[in-house]
Amino acid sequence: MPSDPTDGLLEWLGPILQGALVTLEIALLAYAIGLGLGLVGATARLSPWRPLRALGTAYSTLVRAIPELLLIILLYYAGSQALNALLTELGGDMHIEISGFVTAVGVLAFVQGAYMTEVFRGAIQAIPKGQLEAADAYGFSRPARFYRIVLPAMLPNALPGMSNLWLILVKDTALISVIGFEELFFTAQQAAASTRDYALFYALAGALYLVMTLGSNALFARAERHVRRGQPST
Amino acid sequence: MDFSWLTDPFYQKALWTGFVNTLWLVAVSAVCGFALAVVFAVTRLRGPRPLAMLVTGLTTVVRGTPLLVQLFFFYDGVGRLLPEIPGVRESLVWPLLRDPFFYGALTFTLSVGAYTGEVLRGALLSVPEGELAAGRAFGLNRWQILYRLWLPRAIQMCLPTLTGELILLLKSVPLVSTIALMDLLKAANMVRDETFLVYEPLLLISGIYLALTLVLTSVMRLIEQRFPGARPAAPRRRRLLPG
Repeated sequence: MPSDPTDGLLEWLGPILQGALVTLEIALLAYAIGLGLGLVGATARLSPWRPLRALGTAYSTLVRAIPELLLIILLYYAGSQALNALLTELGGDMHIEISGFVTAVGVLAFVQGAYMTEVFRGAIQAIPKGQLEAADAYGFSRPARFYRIVLPAMLPNALPGMSNLWLILVKDTALISVIGFEELFFTAQQAAASTRDYALFYALAGALYLVMTLGSNALFARAERHVRRGQPST
Repeated sequence: MDFSWLTDPFYQKALWTGFVNTLWLVAVSAVCGFALAVVFAVTRLRGPRPLAMLVTGLTTVVRGTPLLVQLFFFYDGVGRLLPEIPGVRESLVWPLLRDPFFYGALTFTLSVGAYTGEVLRGALLSVPEGELAAGRAFGLNRWQILYRLWLPRAIQMCLPTLTGELILLLKSVPLVSTIALMDLLKAANMVRDETFLVYEPLLLISGIYLALTLVLTSVMRLIEQRFPGARPAAPRRRRLLPG
């Protein structure tokens, strides 16, 4: 047992908070990219063109059926190998180490996009058909129809799913520690190993994740009130 | 693609152990977790206030923190503190407390209890009041109403969601590869470290997980159809995963 747990705590508090910041950055970036992938995926799944539909379905089904941790490890190796192969192809013996940050964001976004695809698909399908027909009747172009009608009409349906996925994403960032990237949980593990105060530092990490999830719950509740403005309250 | 290592009995044994451990972990955590979920849900609805608040707090913490952190907290944190309590090493439960399987099952049980408890609470709330009143009118006592009427009706309502929770449980099992427990991922990692083949073992177990997901969903679909009072087969769209 260490002599005084508060010493270790004070020493490691800075790095751990730093790790929490990195975790937030990864989560925010992966979420933004995941939103984009989800929109693309949902568009593909709802496309009238069959091969595109099959591709979208394969993406969302396969990724959702395989455990996240397994996917993260698989994509981590596949991603770095593919990129290095590409670089060798292009410029001889140019071998770069892709940064852990890019890998972490990329892998989490890829997984997130598959789940987001399903959320958006459901939300878009729930839009009354008449609204889209009305937009067409008024001569809206496809992009205008998307931004002015589809997006605002689907957001109230999609937001509960989106907030759920955000919470899952924040918690999934901890999995990145397995591939050795220094985020909140990895730093907490290092702190625990060096001070031998395991329970204390894992509890601290847990508390920080809890602050993030509870804080974002409040933000999403506000966002939901905003997108539901003008709708009858249930 | 080189799968020649599959003929090595050593790797076969590791994969088989991993497979069995994965199934055991899912079975134990699903059964114990569901029992815990019932206790959590009923406590939050009918229990004494302090107890209900405790369960609410516990649920919030479990649902708001990563499962991996919980696993490390119990295995590495609590697991290391326990032997320092005098008498624990000599007690009968000590072999259990040394087993990583115990910590995996404990963490997953708590997690299933918290997530499924929330689902069940919502389902219990949506059972029409009149049905419970009918139970009382027939002279059933509180326990009989709970396990013959209230609970079956609630489970019937949330069975598809429970299927989803079960799949989520299956998909969280690879986390135990980070503690000293041989599961499918740990077996694959072992093959990877020794043969330097990266994709083959990982793709193999991805396939196994895919198959397990399909089998579990079809089994649950069968249960959903057989469950007393299930709506007679309206043609359902086949879905691999809920949502």
